[in-house]
Amino acid sequence: MSLTENMSPGLALGIHRTMVRIRVFESRVEELFKAGKLPGFVHTYIGQEAIAAGVCAALDRNDYITSTHRGHGHAIAKGMELGPIMAELYGKATGACRGRGGSMHVADFSVGMLGANGIVAGGLGIAAGAALSARYRGTHQVAVGFFGDGGINKGTFHEALNFAATHRLGVVFVCENNQYAQFTSRLRTTSVEDLSVRASAYGIPGITVDGNDAAATYREALEAVGRARDGGGPTLLNMETYRFGGHYVGDAEVYRASAEVEARRQADPILRWERTLTDEALMTAGLGEAVWAEAADEVSAAVRFAEESPHPDGGTALENVFTQVC
Amino acid sequence: MRRMSFGQATVDAMRSAMREDDRVVVLGEDISWGGNFGQFRGLLDEFGPDRVIDMPISEAIIMAVTVGAAVTGLRPVASMSFVEFTLGAMDEIVNQAAKFRYMFGGQVSVPLVLRASDGVLRSSAGQHSSSLEGLFTHLPGLKVVAPSNPADARGLLRAAIADDDPVVYLENKRITAKRGPVPAGDHVVPLGSAAVRREGSDLTIVTYSVMTLHAEKACSSLAEMGIEAELIDLRSLVPLDLDTVLSSVARTGRVVVAHEAWEFGGFGAEVVSAITGQAFDRLRAAPVRVGAAQAPIPFSPPLERAVVPGSDELVAAAREVMGLT
Repeated sequence: MSLTENMSPGLALGIHRTMVRIRVFESRVEELFKAGKLPGFVHTYIGQEAIAAGVCAALDRNDYITSTHRGHGHAIAKGMELGPIMAELYGKATGACRGRGGSMHVADFSVGMLGANGIVAGGLGIAAGAALSARYRGTHQVAVGFFGDGGINKGTFHEALNFAATHRLGVVFVCENNQYAQFTSRLRTTSVEDLSVRASAYGIPGITVDGNDAAATYREALEAVGRARDGGGPTLLNMETYRFGGHYVGDAEVYRASAEVEARRQADPILRWERTLTDEALMTAGLGEAVWAEAADEVSAAVRFAEESPHPDGGTALENVFTQVC
Repeated sequence: MRRMSFGQATVDAMRSAMREDDRVVVLGEDISWGGNFGQFRGLLDEFGPDRVIDMPISEAIIMAVTVGAAVTGLRPVASMSFVEFTLGAMDEIVNQAAKFRYMFGGQVSVPLVLRASDGVLRSSAGQHSSSLEGLFTHLPGLKVVAPSNPADARGLLRAAIADDDPVVYLENKRITAKRGPVPAGDHVVPLGSAAVRREGSDLTIVTYSVMTLHAEKACSSLAEMGIEAELIDLRSLVPLDLDTVLSSVARTGRVVVAHEAWEFGGFGAEVVSAITGQAFDRLRAAPVRVGAAQAPIPFSPPLERAVVPGSDELVAAAREVMGLT
C-alpha cells in the first residue's frame, strides 16, 4: 500500500504546505523572541507539525478544535491567517485577540479555533461541550481536543473522557505525546507506558500513532473524526512525537541530554514527509523549495503586518470584560 | 400576583426561558429528579433529556461543557448543588468562563448561568454551609446575583439566562423553601438594580440574600427602640447598584453592611470602601460591617450560631453605628 494511498496528491501536498508554514512561522517566532521583539513568552510547535497538519486536514472548516499553550501550530492548521496570529504575539491591536490574549490565547471562532489555552488539559471539556452543542443543534460538527502527555494526568482528562464516552459525543481527544510535561519526562510521572491504554477505562477506542508520520496522523484522525461524526463516540489518539525545542523559547533544557535531542531531530516529520512525497513522485526538489520559499514570504509579510500595526490604546483596556459596559 | 416558594419561582423562570428559547439547556447533578432543593422539578418532563442533562459528580466537566456549549451557540444553565462544589470547577469558572470574552478580544460571548446553593442550613457543617460570593465578585468577567425572595429569584434568574455574560446565581438554602408573592406574567428583574425594602431616616442597612430576612426582623426591633432603618437589598452584586446605596447613605449618614459570608475580606468591605470613597463627607459615623466570624462554619448548633450572624448582630451593629453602645 502506498503511504499516501488514502489521500489525493493535492491533500498530501496541502499537509506538507501546512507543516512547512508552521515550521517557518515558529522558527521566526523563536528568532523574534530571542531578539526581544515579542512580550511574554512563547512555546513553539517545532517537531510536532505532522499532528496539527494531519488532524486538521481531516476536519471541515466549521469543525471545532481546542488547543493548548503550544497552540500556534493548531491555529495555523485550522485555517487562521498568519498576520493576525503574529500581530497577537506582538501584542498589537490587529492581533487575532486584539492584543488581549497573546501567544497562549490565540483564537479565531470563525474558523472553529476555540482558543489556545494556558491551562493544561483546559480545552478537553470545552471540546466536549462544543460537541454536545453540535449534537443538540444537529450540525454534525466534530470537536478535537488537543492536549499533551502532561494533560493526560489531569483530572479534567478523566472527567472529559468519561462524559464524552457516556454520551457518545463527537469528540476526538488528541494527545500529543512529546515526551516532556514542561521539564519532566512523562516516564517519571505516568503510570502506563502506552498512553492509549487509558481509553479502555472509558470503553472507547485508544490508538497509538506515529505522530511524526503525516500519513498516519491523517489516516487515524480521519477514522476517528468519521466515527465521531457518525455518532460512534469519542476516540483517544496517542500521537507519539518529540518537542524539538525546550518547553518555552529560552528554556535551558537541563533535564534532557543534547544527544537525545539530536537523535530525535533526525526523525524530522517534515523531512520525512518530503521523502515520502518524493518517493511517491508527488514532489520534486523544485516544488519543495517553492513551498518553503512561499512560506518564508508569507511569514515575512505577517511580521511586517505585525510590526506596522499599532499597539492597542490603553484607553481600550477595559473593553470586552463584559458584552456591554456595566 | 401568585404565591410560590423561592425554589418554585426558579423553576418558573427556567420554564419561561426554556419555552421561549430552545438554546437554553440545563446541566447538573440530580436534576432529572428535581435537584437537591426542588429547583428543577418538572423540567425533565416538559423539556426532555436533551435539554435537562444529568451530569456526573464531576464539577470540572459540568462547567467545561457549559462553557463549550455557551461559546458554540447554546445558553446553558449549570447547577452545582452546593456552592462549595464549584471549587472543583474553579479553573473552568475563573480561567475559562470569566476570561474567554476578554482574552479572545471580544470575539465571543459566554452566555451561561451557574446556579449554586449557599449559606447555612441546619448544621450542614464546614463543607456545605459556606457563602462564597466574595470569590466570584473578585473576578472580572463574572456577574453575581443573590436574590432574597421568590419574586427576585424568578426575575433575576430570568434576567441572568437572558444575559450574554456568565452569571453566578446564588440561592441561599435557608430561603429556598420560603414562600412569597411573585408578580403574574413573565416577571424580570434587571441585573444591577437594588431594592429598597424599607424606608428609614436614621441609618441604612445594606445587605442581600438571606441576610435581608434577618435585617427585616432587625428593622422591626430597631423601630421598637425608636430607630428607623432604611433597608437596601442589593440583589445583584456585580453589577452593583451603588447609586441606590449612596443616595440612601447621603440621607442617613450611617450605614451597616451585612452578609452571611465571612466578614474578613468579604464583599461588604468593597461596599464600605465605595461608600467611604464616594460619600465620606456625608457620613456621621464610621460604617460597621456584619459577617461571619473568621472560622469554617462549625457543626454543633451553638457553635454555628456563634459564628454566623443573624438579626441580633444586626441590631447590635445598628446601635453601634447610632452611637448607642
